[in-house]
Amino acid sequence: MSGFDETLLGEADETVRVRFVVNGRKVACEVAPRETLVDCLREKLELTGTHAGCEMGACGACLVQLDGRAVHSCLIFAVQADGARIDTIEGLSESGVIADLQAEFHRRNALQCGFCTPGMLVNAEELLSRVAQPSREQIRDALSGNYCRCTGYEAIIDAIDAVAKARGGGVTT
Amino acid sequence: MKARAFSYFRAATIDQALDAHARAGDDARFIAGGQSLVPALSLRLQAPRLLIDITHIDELRGVRREGSYLRIGALTRHCEMLTEALIAESAPLLHVAAPFVAHPAIRNRGTIGGSVALADPASEFPAMTLALDAEIEIVGPSGRRRVKADDFFIDLFETAMQPGELIAAIHVPLFRADQRFAFDELARRRGDYALVGCGIMATCQGSRVEDIRISFFSVGNTPTRVKGAERALIGARLDVERIAAAQRALECDLAPPEGDEVPPAMRLHLARVLLGRLLGRLGEGA
Repeated sequence: MSGFDETLLGEADETVRVRFVVNGRKVACEVAPRETLVDCLREKLELTGTHAGCEMGACGACLVQLDGRAVHSCLIFAVQADGARIDTIEGLSESGVIADLQAEFHRRNALQCGFCTPGMLVNAEELLSRVAQPSREQIRDALSGNYCRCTGYEAIIDAIDAVAKARGGGVTT
Repeated sequence: MKARAFSYFRAATIDQALDAHARAGDDARFIAGGQSLVPALSLRLQAPRLLIDITHIDELRGVRREGSYLRIGALTRHCEMLTEALIAESAPLLHVAAPFVAHPAIRNRGTIGGSVALADPASEFPAMTLALDAEIEIVGPSGRRRVKADDFFIDLFETAMQPGELIAAIHVPLFRADQRFAFDELARRRGDYALVGCGIMATCQGSRVEDIRISFFSVGNTPTRVKGAERALIGARLDVERIAAAQRALECDLAPPEGDEVPPAMRLHLARVLLGRLLGRLGEGA
């Protein structure tokens, strides 16, 4: 009844098979239990748009959507996500759902080196999907876990603010 | 850094999880949201042989009323504290504290059970269980028990839980019409660990305080009730003199640690400022 196989204990680094739906495609891969989701995405699935920064949940560069919610892929082992739907920056870009955010980031120079940008976009998309017209304060709060060492944040907040207004049918400035 | 190699087991029931823990010779850790555990593993502060994933155990889920308590399943995520109507209505102190917990993406994964079990003295929710007079439901090899929050937090990251036990739920007395609450924290940046934080639950008769529970976090090794300040307020009106008396009592109630980047005197000062503000707000609600 337990379902726990004791031989597991002797085989700590043995890989296990996991399955996800990544960017709408079913994939399966072999991972060691200690492999984080960000490493699995980047190394096994070659989706390198998700960036590994601090690897302790502080910088926000590794954000992906897990079953529709933004999460740090460095704070989840790939085995924990077995069976989940994962959307990375590649999927969000190709589907066009964040095309307006990307265009506005570009237009307003809301990135320089670009390392933080995938995480910023994943977070911005989640914010706008939950709050149609966030205040600047709400945008700042939503981005409080995303580090950008280049821009000083203002242009990023401006871009998200402009897209929120445009999506709401308002006029962008 | 990367975690040391471990085995992984996804438990479907509490019994399976407890059994796996025992069979790993207690060299195992339960993982739910993992927002504190994964960094600890990555930094190799912890290196168990076995990781037992409890997030697929249905019994640990769900929020519902049970008698005069709200049962909040251990797997309830921080983000649900913001969106679950039953929590906003029946345990509003948790609802108002939730936006202060880490960042949105962490709140999407982190769980109340994990937060309380870890008992980080700088965390919001453990301290709020004290203010709420909540009970923590623990299951383990020797059965099931409910421990009052007052008896749960023992020392730095040390709780009444034994190895191999896990939290099933948090039981919070239902919010009543004669109660008032307040929460706030002082931090250098939003989302940062608080320099000082505080939550208050008060039962009032008009403007008179019948009962009050005041719980601080980021002031020492555990979340801390300030009983001297509570005594200064019970039976009194929340006027300027009483609030000042409660603020003075903090000197005896709190002993912030030395050797920190924030000196004890500064932390005590911030605690007084914060308490004054919160009691002022409670008084205005009269």
